[in-house]
Amino acid sequence: MLPPVIGVLFDGIAYGMLLFLLSVGLSVTLGLMNFVNLAHCAFAMIGGYVTVVLMKDFGWNFFATLPVAFFAAALTSIIIERILYRRLYGASDLDQVLLTIGLAFISVSVAAWFFGTTQQPIEMPSYMRGSFVVMGLNIAVYRLFLVAVGIVVTILLIMTVEHTRFGAQVRAAVDNQRMARGLGIDVDRTFAITFALGSGLAGLGGALAIEIVGLDPQFAFTYLVYVLIIVSVGGLGSIGGSFAAACLIGISDIAGKYYVPQLGAFLIYLVMVAVLMWRPAGLFGRR
Amino acid sequence: MALQDAPMTTPQASSPQAYLQGLSRWRTIEIIFWLATLLPFWLFPNYLSLASQIAVAALFALSLDLILGYAGVVSLGHAAFFGVGAYTAGLFAKFVWGEVFTGLIVATIMAALVGYAASFIVARFRHLTLIMITLGMGLLLHEAANSAGWLTGGSDGLQGIEVWKVAGLFKFDLYGTTAYGYSLAVLFVVFLFTRRLINSPFGLALRGIRENFVRMPAIGADSRAHIRKVYTISAAMAGIAGAVIAQTTETVSLEALSFERSADVLVMLVLGGAGRLYGGLVGAAIFLVARDQFSGIAPQFWYFWIGVLLVVVVMLLPNGILGGLSKITARWSRK
Amino acid sequence: MSAVVTPVKTSIALQTRGLSKSFGSLTVANDIALNLPVGARYALIGPNGAGKTTLINLMTGMLAPDKGQIFLGGDDVTALTPQARVKRGLARTFQINTLFAGLNALEAVTLAVAERRGIADRFWQNIAVNKEAIEEAYEILVKLKLGDACYQQTRELPYGRQRLLEIALALATKPKVLLLDEPAAGVPQDESGDIFEVVASLSDDLTLLFIEHDMHVVFRFATHIIVLVSGAVFAEGSPSEIAADQGVREVYLGARKHG
Repeated sequence: MLPPVIGVLFDGIAYGMLLFLLSVGLSVTLGLMNFVNLAHCAFAMIGGYVTVVLMKDFGWNFFATLPVAFFAAALTSIIIERILYRRLYGASDLDQVLLTIGLAFISVSVAAWFFGTTQQPIEMPSYMRGSFVVMGLNIAVYRLFLVAVGIVVTILLIMTVEHTRFGAQVRAAVDNQRMARGLGIDVDRTFAITFALGSGLAGLGGALAIEIVGLDPQFAFTYLVYVLIIVSVGGLGSIGGSFAAACLIGISDIAGKYYVPQLGAFLIYLVMVAVLMWRPAGLFGRR
Repeated sequence: MALQDAPMTTPQASSPQAYLQGLSRWRTIEIIFWLATLLPFWLFPNYLSLASQIAVAALFALSLDLILGYAGVVSLGHAAFFGVGAYTAGLFAKFVWGEVFTGLIVATIMAALVGYAASFIVARFRHLTLIMITLGMGLLLHEAANSAGWLTGGSDGLQGIEVWKVAGLFKFDLYGTTAYGYSLAVLFVVFLFTRRLINSPFGLALRGIRENFVRMPAIGADSRAHIRKVYTISAAMAGIAGAVIAQTTETVSLEALSFERSADVLVMLVLGGAGRLYGGLVGAAIFLVARDQFSGIAPQFWYFWIGVLLVVVVMLLPNGILGGLSKITARWSRK
Repeated sequence: MSAVVTPVKTSIALQTRGLSKSFGSLTVANDIALNLPVGARYALIGPNGAGKTTLINLMTGMLAPDKGQIFLGGDDVTALTPQARVKRGLARTFQINTLFAGLNALEAVTLAVAERRGIADRFWQNIAVNKEAIEEAYEILVKLKLGDACYQQTRELPYGRQRLLEIALALATKPKVLLLDEPAAGVPQDESGDIFEVVASLSDDLTLLFIEHDMHVVFRFATHIIVLVSGAVFAEGSPSEIAADQGVREVYLGARKHG
């Protein structure tokens, strides 16, 4: 019989995988362009609502909606990047914060207008909804699915970053933008593609989140805090850092709620402030 | 920034000293502004409690302007000090006595102490790390206050605050006359202090930090010490604002420490224009009047327009309303 | 870590020993040893990317060395913050204008003077109260031919005048050692004369090290030249020695052909 702490760990890691999907895009684009995009979770929300609409109004299969959620979020991000973000790459932190918060507010309101303020339930196929018992532990099928998706995405990301030319360009640009430009790398295009990818992953995360945490218009802000914490703690521009931080935060959150519920979110914030004071650039950050 | 941009051509100032003195003299428009703040007593007697809220928010925005508009420190958690001031004043009135001025002083000191402690952390960081740390500290304090229900009343808020008549004469009533008079007076006094600070050598140093952070150590300046100092002063001012709202409404709730309050004050300041002394005041007035007028509509629609406003301000009006106005008047005076 | 030594009357204004810095495999400073006597007029030259500005950053404390020490007037300042070094008399200008764009020239120099005088943290008095500080700032501006433009916003000053303001800010700290990083960089010919007049008029007590690419300027002002190549001191000597040095010619002229 496995002790309950293993169950807590497993749930924490599953939650962490979800948070990783939501955060990795922001971490890389922040490290690449130093652009503070607080509307990142709005893209996640778009992915979530796409899934809801496709399943509810068009009767699609859950798994089929996932790629659409990804692309819808990615496409929206490309449009926003072209029209607005592009002009603010050199702007002050404050301006970027304000613009992107403004966009987040707008997205929350639009979502509330179309979908109402309550949570959107979706019908998972029955084989996804159960759980099975392994060595005395209750393993939810969906959580296992999340872990699997997380691992697959992580492997894909690492392969892209380490073994493709595009990945090399991203790494060079994160490391030293000026030098990368000097070497002829089209940093702006690299950024646009990375941004789209990151937003797409967020959209995927948003779709996957519905079953675990629910989807309502406030999603863009509720999870923004977690994402920002993970990005700050993990280090800008670091995929591995985001992965580690996401697991850390996921486990802390679940463990906190399980063992010391009266602490609430206190533990997470404390972890963040403490880590940032120790390593201002994040656990794996560079500056 | 000086209250108005320095003229393009060399004026016939009698000396550089006189010139610098001249930059800080009171402009007519300022005098008109402050006289206008007295109008609500006669023109809007039914809106005095709203006016009182505006005065408090203006003071809060002014405190944020000091660190953000002048020293360039971006904080997403400034409500922490507002809340500390509010709770201190509330607890003081509840457990010690209801005299308002002593309550105000105690709350100011408390907020200043917390600000001083926090300033050591804040002054060490910049950019995203700083934003996150201020956000995190604000959220932490909010959570702590939520959990410490025995002290703060938790989500029910602080109950049983009773405040005495101001100077033994003026009672806080439902009409809000005393409330507005009190909050306006406090705002004005703190404003005078702030104005003096902006035009002092320290104010110049803060602008130097904002204008070029790298150059400061190269001229022998200890930027961190400056930032710690202004952060402490700003925390004290935010605490005063919180104390006033606690005293005039005789309630304090967790909302005073919330992220929403930190975000709202940021919007007010940016709307009016940061770094212009009056930006926070103008922004607070416009924001709260608008919110009052639109209080019928559902909150998500209010936030839609706030979002649009933010996008518009950043893309088109980077220095807020006052910045836009001064650009227009500059263009006009050039004709 | 050596303790600060009681200042002994010394004729060496600035000295570095074994100063080294690397970024991974890129060595930007390689065991640099410099000795600047009081009143020196030394020029630091070298091809682009040789590490000249990096050396200034190391000496002023903006960059921490991996190894080595820096002595200012005989005192070990290696562990001191940049602002502490300024307070001890080490000032520098920047190759790219690093000015207070939104302040006017008078305000900027007054700020520097106020910092030096230790009055910059006074928040209770109007700045105009500090008559001597303002007058001192004004005199510096006049000496640098900026008197008539002192009320103009820095960002509105023509480029050449901004370069003069760069120097004014450094002079306001009353330095004993002044490091000038390409003072006339990018300034058109007809305006650069002002800058060199200013450099020429600097007091003999002031120790000067300047980075310069224009060899006419170097020969006009320098009594001693240090040639830096790839982070290391390649050669040093009097102007005539350096001019005659075959190695320097190759490195410098060769680099100029490509650069």
